[in-house]
Parts: sequence; structure tokens; C-alpha cells
Amino acid sequence: MSELTARLDVMKTYKLFVGGKFPRSESGRVYEVTDSKGQWLANAPLGTRKDTRDAVLAARAAVKGWSGTTAYNRGQVLYRVAEMLQGRREQFAAEVATAENIGGKKALALVDQAIDRWVWYAGWTDKVAQIAGGANPVAGPFFNLSVPEPSGVIGIVAPQTGYGYSLLGLISVIAPVIATGNTVVVALAADAPLPALSLGEVLATSDLPGGVVNLISGRTADIAPTLASHQDVNGLDLTGAIAADGPGAAAALEASAADTLRRVLRPAVDPSALDWTVAPTTDRLLSFLETKTVWHPMGI
Amino acid sequence: MSTVAANAPGAAGGGLQDVAASEASLRRFLHGLPGVDAVGLEARAASLGTRSIKTTAKAYAIDLAISMIDLTTLEGADTVGKVRALCTKARNPDPSDPSAPRVAAICVYPDMVATAKAALEGTAIQVASVATAFPAGRAALPVKLADVADAVAAGADEIDMVIDRGAFLSGRYLSVFEEITAVKEACRRPDGTYAHLKVIFETGELQTYDNVRRASWLAMLAGADFIKTSTGKVAVNATPPVTLLMLEAVRDFKAQTGIQIGVKPAGGIKTTKDAMKYLVMVNETLGDDWLSPEWFRFGASSLLNDLLMQRQKLTTGRYSGPDYVTVD
Amino acid sequence: MAKTNKKAEEQPVQPVQPVRKTGLFEYAPAPESPAAAGDIATSYGHFIGGEFVDSSGSEALKTVNPATEQVLAEFAQGTEQDVDRAVAAARKAFTDWSALPGSERAKYLFRIARIMQERSRELAVLESIDNGKPIRESRDFDVPTAISYFFYYAGWADKLDYAGYGANPRPLGVAGQVIPWNFPLMMLAWKIAPALATGNTVVLKPAETTPLTALRFAEICRQAGLPKGVVNIVTGDGRTGAALTAHPDVNKVAFTGSTPVGRSIAKQIAGTRKKLSLELGGKAANIVFDDAPIDQAVEGIVNGIFFNQGHVCCAGSRLLVQESIQDELLDALKRRMGTLRLGDPLDKNTDIGAINSAAQLARITELTAIGEAEGAERWAPECELPGAGYWFRPTLFTGVSQAHRIARDEVFGPVLSVLTFRTPTEAVEKANNTPFGLSAGVWTEKGSRILWMANQLKAGVVWANTFNKFDPTSPFGGYKESGYGREGGRHGLEAYLDV
Repeated sequence: MSELTARLDVMKTYKLFVGGKFPRSESGRVYEVTDSKGQWLANAPLGTRKDTRDAVLAARAAVKGWSGTTAYNRGQVLYRVAEMLQGRREQFAAEVATAENIGGKKALALVDQAIDRWVWYAGWTDKVAQIAGGANPVAGPFFNLSVPEPSGVIGIVAPQTGYGYSLLGLISVIAPVIATGNTVVVALAADAPLPALSLGEVLATSDLPGGVVNLISGRTADIAPTLASHQDVNGLDLTGAIAADGPGAAAALEASAADTLRRVLRPAVDPSALDWTVAPTTDRLLSFLETKTVWHPMGI
Repeated sequence: MSTVAANAPGAAGGGLQDVAASEASLRRFLHGLPGVDAVGLEARAASLGTRSIKTTAKAYAIDLAISMIDLTTLEGADTVGKVRALCTKARNPDPSDPSAPRVAAICVYPDMVATAKAALEGTAIQVASVATAFPAGRAALPVKLADVADAVAAGADEIDMVIDRGAFLSGRYLSVFEEITAVKEACRRPDGTYAHLKVIFETGELQTYDNVRRASWLAMLAGADFIKTSTGKVAVNATPPVTLLMLEAVRDFKAQTGIQIGVKPAGGIKTTKDAMKYLVMVNETLGDDWLSPEWFRFGASSLLNDLLMQRQKLTTGRYSGPDYVTVD
Repeated sequence: MAKTNKKAEEQPVQPVQPVRKTGLFEYAPAPESPAAAGDIATSYGHFIGGEFVDSSGSEALKTVNPATEQVLAEFAQGTEQDVDRAVAAARKAFTDWSALPGSERAKYLFRIARIMQERSRELAVLESIDNGKPIRESRDFDVPTAISYFFYYAGWADKLDYAGYGANPRPLGVAGQVIPWNFPLMMLAWKIAPALATGNTVVLKPAETTPLTALRFAEICRQAGLPKGVVNIVTGDGRTGAALTAHPDVNKVAFTGSTPVGRSIAKQIAGTRKKLSLELGGKAANIVFDDAPIDQAVEGIVNGIFFNQGHVCCAGSRLLVQESIQDELLDALKRRMGTLRLGDPLDKNTDIGAINSAAQLARITELTAIGEAEGAERWAPECELPGAGYWFRPTLFTGVSQAHRIARDEVFGPVLSVLTFRTPTEAVEKANNTPFGLSAGVWTEKGSRILWMANQLKAGVVWANTFNKFDPTSPFGGYKESGYGREGGRHGLEAYLDV
């Protein structure tokens, strides 16, 4: 049998995920994604500053609807993501295995954990307000209530290191932020964008409104500063910033965010020590919330 | 002293003539008045209560307060002797100091009006009579009107009526309105002048400030010359916030109609310090126009002696004691 | 006795403009005694390691009574060496202080609160003299509120396990705190009480126009037997503040003040591990609907903008009034403004005291001049201004649009801009149309609308049918460029814990 008689695979064209759609980069450019041995895997879109700005627009447009929907409904949507992911478990395991250069079994375990993490955060949507807010017993005839509200549009520099970073890590930074009603624009790990771009396909079929999650592959050195300096971004998660472009770049992003006092979640001191399989706490869930306190007199 | 009706029924201009045309229109109007936030009102009253009234201001305010007192005795045990003694006190509040001002009025039950009138002969001190089955007001309208007419006939210069709180609280505003207009008519003397009509709400029974504002407007529209907080006979009488709210009501009524109405807090005002707080409220809410006994009164009995003691302190520099003011 | 009124047909038909006449009942001066402020030294050094010490430098600043322009005292311009010394003292003290059982830390804070209560009159008078605020406010608001924060956070010190930040949450270390001049002692309390309760030690820099109550607080720390170095006070201007926030051995920076300075601090510490909380400027909308409780709304508007001469970051400086009641509300507001008593801050009947400094007066003057130049209509009640000192009449601008600078810039003075709206949606859009997001007010008797508005407004504090209320249990802080982190309540602990 010659090679020519074997069936030819249909290869996937990876695209950005912006506003619920799958655009090519406006630059029309791609870059090569390879495995650990330098073997070509696919071409990923080389997202630009313009792509990033478009994504911020999409994320902003989605804030009202997503933050305005009931927490119960957000939980259902996030759970739906887990269901969709479950159905494509093997595909993701294969992508994670090549992205992180690990065995198939380990990769499968990471995907399972990623699914479970969605489920964990799905359950949080309608409980956050109860742990982060509540009544305050002020010394006067007033009803006083503090409630957490989403900050708005959050720019995320995706994890670039740590065991499980390519999918489990990514989900660990996205899910808690959108669970509370924020929308996100993510600068993906440049060396491992494929599981992330595939995640976009899952999100697109999970009842998640377009624009809530936007995924941009390319050079973080282009994408992250665009996010950090964008006036319509309300917060920055710099988790992958040190690993991507060094501590100086991370500090520059933080300084840039200071222009309009955007909230910043700093990267870990030693990003290489991260392990995404460690059970999360509520930290990330609470990082991009604003506490609003409402007073009203009590009287007849 | 007599007068034509200062606030003649239906006198209210400013587009308010037809407000009481029907139960529905009166209700719509009263419920369309701005709401009152209880906490904010009480905070404002408390804040005005922190004003510090010293030296010359205090001397002025004490004399003003004395001149605004409706010196009151409303007891089942009242006798001719008791009322005469009180009138003597009204004429000459401080036997040791003839410069002490006289009170504005003596306030008694209708059967004591003639006694008081005689005892106050030759002074400008008014005789006020409670009427309309005071304090509960639970009698048939003809009985109430007879009560009023009796007091007026006996020479009362002023009539302090109570509203029908039952009717008010059950939403029968027109009934309350018509009763006030009927009482107003009963205040009319043969010569066409009217006894001054004070309308008591018994604010402690109305409970909410919204009700007090509605009652104020209702009474002013119906012809009240004065609006008065309380009978002094229930658990909660005049309070600073209730009085402040009524001051705001007369201010707004004047702005809309041009007619000036007086205010009388009654019951529970016992000390000079209390009186100062009320005068500060009048001063800062209404200003000079109301700073006279013609437009503001205190319904009180023990207040007078405390004012006199404070007055003695200011004139002599020494703190006075209860043995240095007369007990009547 | 009785007065004859006009008969019905003679009554004017159109509403009579209410004018309040005054003159009969003039309040005599009721001054608090300046001597009650206690002894004010002619010059002050810093409070470092439990002792008052001289600065390493020779530069001295003067603090003046803004109501008289008289110099109250000289104080040191803190140098980098001074800051270094204070941070070292705080670092040294941190080891023992953070190791102390929470129940013991609590008792120190309770002691401080009690001593402040004992000395509350002294603190109030001193605050009014140094700041220019009316004694009525320092006595009834600033000092009691400051004390309440110490009481509140004292109770947290041994209960941190239950604060929702995990078991045994750890302090950060040395906190560098920079506070403004508008509520000197209260801001100190907001900063020091939670920091100490959580086991941090502090270096605090009071504002250069109002250092005196912080220095007096240092004496209170001594009376309370607070271990040396737990609280250090370094005085000076912005240079001292910058040296403190930049100090490499500071673990936590807390700043309350202007947005530009907050921004520069955020930039300065970018890339470090210092934890930052910022409480910055605001341009709050106070929104009045046509079904509002009008008299209380007027009080709320007055309290919202004229409280503390408008030197309040959460001041309701933009009045958004529904068009249908604009005239009625403005008449009532002007009438009320006419009763405000401006003058000697130590007079117990003063409502509006002195502007804190010549510089602030110049800024207010400049911004209001721009307001007029941009076409807004200016109104202020007639009132006499004292000869010496820094004063500004309570002022109202009507005909203001969102584009006017007085509707966008923080004036930080007794200046209210009046804008109108027609629908709730328009009110929300205008209220949120600012880079700030500290506070907002809503006045309506309709409950569901209050909750809808509260939900829509982008502000850290929403006062509904009230304004400018504060409480130690109630988190305070802003959205957007009004800063981040919350002060007060359980939320306020987070800023001082390693979580």
C-alpha cells in the first residue's frame, strides 16, 4: 500500500476567538506552533494590537448582558462548558500532551481536572455574594448592605508555565473571573496556543454569550501592553507576564495599568514553581470584584 | 380680642381651591405631598438641637419663649381657684421681677373660660379653650360644635380643637376636613369675627410623619389658624422632628397661598433647653416672620418656671432654685 | 394681637417666593476655648520608636490656623534618613508585635480608643484649629468616628481566623501610610486601626497642613503603653510621602488623597511586592427624583457638598435633579443655603468653617472662575467673610453640562454643580459618566427604583435617601479611578493581610 492510498487527515485551521466568532488575525499573519522536538503542529494566528483592541470592544459590549444575567444562569452556562469539554476530552488530551510534552495518560488526567474546575467555579457563581458581601451592623437607623460586583473587562496574560498550564492553567484563570460576571480578553501562551484556541470552539457552543471570553494568540509582548494600556480595561491578571517577557515587562505592564488605576493581579514571584493541579482557593474569584455598599434609612 | 378669620375656609389660593371638592380629590392631593424620610427629618431636628444659645441670644430667647406660652391647666381637678391662680401667674410670672414678660394665653377647659376671662381682664393675655370633646374627640359632631360654641360664647379668644384621628387614620379625610370647617364656623361670633382656631392632630396617634404632613395640609386648607401637635394627654406629645415637619408645612403653605399659619407644639416641653431647641427650629426654618406669639406657641405648664429660673440666673448671675419661682 | 390677612380674592395666585428674613434671633458667639486644644509646642520633630526625635535635616514647615493665618507650630520636613529611621523602628517592632496574641493587640487598641474618648474635646479643638473645620463637626463627627474605628478593629485582632481569609492570616509587615488633610484624625484611625489589629506596624505621614492631631495621637500611643516602634509618625510634605512609599522595606502602602498622586504611587511600586490600597478622588452624583422626600433631600444635598467645606472625596458635588422639580428644589436649596453659618470654626454654631489652605482656596477660586467662564450660572448666598483666613462661600452653579470642568474635575470645596435629567436611565448614564466611582446618592420614595439605581451606579458607596454616612463596619472605597481596596468592615482587613 502506498502512502497515497491512505486517507488524508483534514487539518484544522486555528483562529482567534473574539466576540463569539472565529476571525483570522486582521494582520493576515500566522506563526508556526511546534512540539517539543520542533515538529510543526499548526499555524496559529498572529494576533495584533488591533485584534486585541477589537477583543476589548467585544468584551466591553458583553459586560452588561453577562453581569446582568442571574448568577444562577451564569452557573448553568459554566456548567455547560464543562459538559462540552467532557465530550471532547480526548481531543484536548492530545493537544495538551503535545503542548506540554507529557504522556497521554497524564494529559487526560489534566483535562479531567480542567473539566472539574469548570464545575467547581460553575457552582460558585451564586455563592460569591454570600461570602464576599453581607449586611453591616452600622451604629444608626440604616440598612447597610455590601455586595460584590464585577470590575468589568479584565485582561489576562495566560499562564505560560507550571504543570498543566496550557489548558488547566488557562481555565483556572478564566473561569473564576467570568464566574463573577466579568468578561475577559486573554493573551494566550505563545508556545502553547492550540488547546486554548480549541477551548474557544467549546465556549462557542456552550451558551456562553459572545464576547465574554476572547482569546488572542500571538506575541504577548504585543498583546499584553495593549491590554495594560487600554483605558476601557478595568483589570489585569498578569499571571503569565513574568514567564512570557520577564519581570521588567511585568512591571511595565503594572505601571501602565496605573494610568487609570486598573486593578492588577500580580504574577507569582517564581512562575516556574506553579502547579495548576493544586486545588484553587477563592483568591482568583475575589480578585476582580468591586464592593458596593448601599445605605438606606430605616424609619416609618 | 377678636378677629376676622385669618385663614378663612376656602381662602387658600395658589390653585388649591378645589382640593377638597371630593374625597377623591382631597385624598389625591394629600397623598401627592412629598414623602418624609423619618431618619433624615430626625437628624435635622437633632442637628438644630445642638445650636449653642448663649448670653444675649439666650436672654432674647427666654423672654420670647415666655411670651409664647399657652399656660395650660387641663385637669379634671381644675377649680375656679386653680384657674384664677394660674391667671395671676400669667399676669405676673415673676413677682420679683416686673420686667418678666407675660405669657401669650391661658389654656383651659370650656367651663373655665369665663373665670379666666374675668381674671385676665385688662390684659392682652388670650384665653384659649380646648373643645370638641377634648382630648379624645370621641363625640357626635353636634356635641363637639356645642362645646365650641359654648367656649366662644363664654369669651374664648382661641379654640384648640382635636381632629378625629379615627377618621383620619381610616382615610376619611373629607370627614376630617368638613369637621374642621364646621368647627371654624362655630368659632364665629355674633359680630362676624372668629375665635382663633388651633387644630390639634395628636401626632403621637398619627404615628407616621407622612400622616403629620397630610394632617397639616388638611387642617390648613380647612381653615386652621394654628396647627398644634398634641393634647398632652397621650404617651407621645410634641417632639422636635414633628414640630420641624409642621414648621416646614406652614412654610410651604405660605409659599403656595400667601397665608401664614401658626404652629403650637404642646406637651412634654419642660425645660429652657427644650424651648431653645424649638425656637432655633423656628428661626432657621421660618425666620423672623414666625418669631412672635402670634405665630408660635408653646403648650406647656411647668416650662414657665424653668424659663423664669434661667431668666433670674441671667439677670442676677446666680443660679436660681424652685423655691424662688412661684408654684401655681 | 391677631393679624388680619388678605381675603381669598386678594391672595396672590402665583406661588410666593419664600424668603427667610432674619435678624430678630441672632445667635451670640458661642466659642469653644482654643485653650482646650492643650499645649501646642512651638516646634515638633517626628515620633519614631516611641520617642519624639529631631529630624536629620534642618528644613522645617509651618502649620497655620486657616481661620486666622496664624502660625500654630513648626514641624519637621521628613528626610529620606528620617523615613529610613522610622521604617527601621517599625521593622524592629514588627517581630514582637506580630507575634503578640491577637487578644493582647486588641487590648492596646481598646486602650487607645478609651484614651481618645477621654481626650476627645482636646482632639476636637486641636483638629478644628489646625484644619479649619467647624467644631460642631470635629466634636460630633471626626473624633467620635475616629474612635469608633479603633473600637471596631480592636475587636477583630483576636478573631482574624473568622474573617474569611483562611486560618491564621498573616500580617504584611511594615505599612507606610500617607493621609490627607480633610479628616486628619479620622483618616489616621482608618489607617492605623486595621493595620495594628492585623499585626502590622506603621509609619504614618500626616498631611503637611494638618500634622497636629497625628502628633497628639503619638502621645496617646505613649499613654496607652503601645510598644515602641509600632506606630511611628513622620511629618513632611509630598517629598516625605514619596520617600515613605518608595522605601524598599515597606511591605504595604496605603494612601488616601488625590488621584494623580495615587496614580504616581501605583506606578512607583509597580513590579514590587508591596501591597497597595488607594482611596482617591470622586465626583459623586447626588440624584434627586421628583418623588423624593424634598426637605430631607435638601438636607442631604447640603450635607453632601457643604459638609467639611466640601473637602470630602465622596462629596455629592454633582446634583442631578429631575427636570420636573428643578425649580422647586433649587428654590428650597437656595433658601436652605441662606441659613448656613460661615465663620469662626471654634464657634459651636458655625456650619461652614475655613478652607484648609491658601493653595486649596486658590484651586477652588480658579475652578469656579472657569465654571463662570464656561457659561455656568453662579449663585451664593450673601454672607460676610471674615477678614483674615481662607474662606469660600457655599456656591451653586446652575446650567452646568457634563462637558463643563466643574462637572468633571474634583473641586474639593463648597461648590455644587447642578445638572438635570429626565429619566432614570439618563440619570444613571450621567452619574456614571466620569472616571471616578467613589460614591453616589439617590433620592426617591420608590423602593424598587432605589434598588435598580443602586445596582446600576458604578460607585463604591451608594447612599439612598441619605448622604455622607460612615461607619467602621461599613466598607468604603471606590470603583475605577477612585482607587482600590476597601477601608472599614471585614473588607478593610484584607488590605493589611497577606492574602
